[in-house]
Amino acid sequence: MDSATKKELQILACKVRLGIIDGVHSAKAGHPGGSLSCTEILTYLYFKHMNIDPKNPKMANRDRFVLSKGHAAPALYAVLAHRGFFDVEKLTTLRQIGSILQGHPDMKNIPGVDMSTGSLGQGISAAVGMALSSKHFGENYNVYTVLGDGEIEEGQVWEAAMFAGNKGLSNLTAFVDYNNLQIDGTIGEVNSAEPIDKKFEAFNWATIVIDGNDFDQIEDALNKAAAIDKPVAIIAKTVKGKGVSYMENAVNWHGAAPNDELYEQAMKELNETLKSLQ
Amino acid sequence: MSEVKKVATRVGYGAALLELGKKRDDFIVMDADLAAATQTGMFKKEFPERFYDCGIAEQNMMGIAAGIAATGKKVIVSSFAMFAAGRAFEQIRNSIAYPHLNVIIGATHAGISVGEDGSSHQCCEDIALMRSIPGMTIINPADETEAKKAVFAAIEADGPVYMRFGRLAVPVIFDEDYKFEIGKGVELKEGNDVTIIATGLMVNEALEAYELLKAEGINARIINMATIKPLDSDIVLKAAKETGAIVTAEEHSVIGGLGSAVSELLSENYPVPVVKLGVNDTFGHSGPAPKLLDEFGLRAANIVEKTKIAISLKK
Repeated sequence: MDSATKKELQILACKVRLGIIDGVHSAKAGHPGGSLSCTEILTYLYFKHMNIDPKNPKMANRDRFVLSKGHAAPALYAVLAHRGFFDVEKLTTLRQIGSILQGHPDMKNIPGVDMSTGSLGQGISAAVGMALSSKHFGENYNVYTVLGDGEIEEGQVWEAAMFAGNKGLSNLTAFVDYNNLQIDGTIGEVNSAEPIDKKFEAFNWATIVIDGNDFDQIEDALNKAAAIDKPVAIIAKTVKGKGVSYMENAVNWHGAAPNDELYEQAMKELNETLKSLQ
Repeated sequence: MSEVKKVATRVGYGAALLELGKKRDDFIVMDADLAAATQTGMFKKEFPERFYDCGIAEQNMMGIAAGIAATGKKVIVSSFAMFAAGRAFEQIRNSIAYPHLNVIIGATHAGISVGEDGSSHQCCEDIALMRSIPGMTIINPADETEAKKAVFAAIEADGPVYMRFGRLAVPVIFDEDYKFEIGKGVELKEGNDVTIIATGLMVNEALEAYELLKAEGINARIINMATIKPLDSDIVLKAAKETGAIVTAEEHSVIGGLGSAVSELLSENYPVPVVKLGVNDTFGHSGPAPKLLDEFGLRAANIVEKTKIAISLKK
């Protein structure tokens, strides 16, 4: 990736993070930590990788995205808004009565959302169904999904992995947002699914381990994945709360909104980052 | 008297899928390692490339179906009622019904008439579970003919459809001229003393009860309620107004099924006595299906008994 492209993506990621904080602060609820950790993945997919058209969100042969870790909705909404699916101003209506921006993704009402998710473990099955549909009906689009590292404790994830591996769904790529934290503590303290890569490999997937906050590595992994004749799991090591100092690697920011003072601090930090990039 | 033809509704379902498969190729059929039992095997044999077996993973199967439907394609998934409505309830609720996706769930081996497999497989709660989900259509056909016609209607329906089929061979009541419409009850026998609203294999029992009651001078109206949701409120309210007492008959728990749906409608709109016949808040057990239907009181004679109670409660 050339440095101009990288800078452009970093600026976009910073704007997405500002959108996440704005949304969660306005809602006085939501999940900033896991939204900030997967920001680069979603930004890269929607701005550089997927075949999509914000003016035609239901385009028949578009690539599909399923946010299996649906609680990272603030990140998805911010990416969709900045990509032009709806107004950026809408982000501050997150979780409000009358807003299209439900607490978790709602495909019926939000332009650009391909699948309703929120109940953990279910999104990957839907992504598998989409990948199967693409192949079965000869439409040849790709399907991407992002799982949480805590989410993969759900048994359904491995039912889906087994099926996708057995059917050789090479048009399916699943990221695991490996930020090492879930609500009750670290992955290890709760019920670790490690070794995550070995588990996917056992189900006949290819795996790639990357730094999931690094655009070069995301690009490289997706390019590699496209050439692999199997479903691919990209184990993306990320920092929970990335970009906001007091939220980084702090489990208490999994599902809490900043108060006015901490909101101002977060916005100041992110705006400084943005300024340094521009 | 000629021998009555008996066919399980699941066989009608399998035959309908096969027939549909010959007419159109815009849908996928899935099963969870029960194709021979659910009868999706008929489709699988003829169209192996259009059939996907998910293995014994019903939750994933429902999610995959949701994903297929989210791409604008049609999909029919099958398992036993216990594992479809029961085990995969939340996947049906969140992945299929919340986005109102066009998934047909063909749930077979419903009710006590599963027989020898016993309680773990005798699902008498599925209608209650599915009825609680917004936007879900529930169809419980009475015979092979209705099962087929219901499948043809379901594939054109908007949103998710839960179809309930039985394992036991039951009399074929309807001929090819029978008109099936989702959301419409059908009056099978005229009568003004009382109304018996039946669904599934209890429809045939209700028709037998009609004759028994007639011999005692009671003219019962018989309604086949194949669609339990959305309930045909017009036909129920008309029956309540014209006959003043209702009996419901279903091979399902008395909690949450057809009897509850009818009671809920009438208690708010036109209260008349409603006497429910069904599985009386108990688990089943192993045994031959006909004997279980006798033991659990799901026979014409039991309907007659309940009908007399309903009439005695009339104001």
